[in-house]
Amino acid sequence: MDIDITFLWAFVVGGAICVIGQLMMDLTTMTPAHVMTTLVCAGAVLDGLGLYEPLIKFAGAGATVPITSFGNALVHGAMSEAETNGIIGIITGIFEVTSAGISAAIVFSFFAALLFRPKG
Amino acid sequence: MPLLGKQTWKFNSEPYLLATAAVVGPKEGEGPLGEDFDNVHEDPYVGQDSWEKAERRFFEEACERAMDKAGVCGEQINVLYAGDLLNQIITSNFAARQLAVPFLGVFGACSTSMESLALAAMTVDAGFADYALAATSSHNSTAERQFRYPTEYGGQKPPTSQCTVTGAGAAIVGKQGQNRPRITHATIGKVVDLGVISPFEMGPAMAPAAADTIAQHFQDTGRTPEDYDLIITGDLARIGHKLAEELLEQQGIYLGDKFKDCGILMYDPDQSEVFSGGSGCACCATVTYGHLMKRMGRGEFDRILVCATGALLSPMSSQQGESIPCIAHAVVIERGESTWT
Repeated sequence: MDIDITFLWAFVVGGAICVIGQLMMDLTTMTPAHVMTTLVCAGAVLDGLGLYEPLIKFAGAGATVPITSFGNALVHGAMSEAETNGIIGIITGIFEVTSAGISAAIVFSFFAALLFRPKG
Repeated sequence: MPLLGKQTWKFNSEPYLLATAAVVGPKEGEGPLGEDFDNVHEDPYVGQDSWEKAERRFFEEACERAMDKAGVCGEQINVLYAGDLLNQIITSNFAARQLAVPFLGVFGACSTSMESLALAAMTVDAGFADYALAATSSHNSTAERQFRYPTEYGGQKPPTSQCTVTGAGAAIVGKQGQNRPRITHATIGKVVDLGVISPFEMGPAMAPAAADTIAQHFQDTGRTPEDYDLIITGDLARIGHKLAEELLEQQGIYLGDKFKDCGILMYDPDQSEVFSGGSGCACCATVTYGHLMKRMGRGEFDRILVCATGALLSPMSSQQGESIPCIAHAVVIERGESTWT
């Protein structure tokens, strides 16, 4: 695929996911937390149906950066661990792929808290 | 008869509003009324280490400044009526500890300013106090934490929401005064709840309560809007104020240009994150005690009706999906022959 077109699709797909989130905020009475969890669950369901990986192949960061990709990663890790370790792998695998993101959030929050005032 | 009609008090001795003080935060200072406040703090923490302590400082400073202006010391204050938005009205309780004056805590959410002023006037009128202090405060960040999200969370807000005013207002009511305005009437509101649930739509929720109290005031006193130079609501903001105007028009009460709202006056619509206007206990208190009293002192108004509006919700009732009970209390302030600066 031509590199310029990759950027375009990443922008369009990533933007479209954000538009969906913004519409949920503006048109419904959902709180930001509701919107976030709904998008995470949507990503998980889409991966369960085998639809999220093709979206990542197509749009790259446009599909991996939004929060839906976290749901995708949760299911993805669980499924792949289940294949190698059986049913217990569903439990151990949930944080297999996502641990990098979660650990990074904790570590970088720690450094941010050292530099800035952490309590509002 | 001190009671007019169903819910309006007429103060026969017409107590004096000896002094008022309004202290605000940076955003309020940048607004169109910035010049009219006694002090504008550039630091919303006011040098304290928490938002709650900062709100307390605003509260104490407003009380100190009002006492200074009235030439009254703390020992002369016979009673303090005060309230705020925080759990167990801690700002007022802790500030009252500092002030060491007889204290009655009141909670009327954002209607606390006029609720406490009405009670102060009633107490002085009845002879139970020579000097009564009425005070209230709110702080944007403490209110956000109390009612919405943690301040560090940064959740988006819809344009119907309002911006809680950071500041505090205090007023001293006395039996004797010279060249000062007088408090002549107060109309105590009923709780009105038309079923608005969203805590981001406080203005529309409070509009029916404001309309109810204003209509009742005219009915009880036999007055008409022509008797007033200004009829102002506390914090209905742009959406709620329009709604209140329509509700009053349905009852045949046309207020026209003299119907204003403290929440609309407080900020410039172009300021960032003010949404549909100001709210909070300090909104009505600082606009009335700062801006309106300055204008009255210049002789711009002879008689005004200030109707403070309050949304009586708690985070608990809101989380359990309950609607928002609302209330509004109105106080009449008359200039008499006096002018002041």
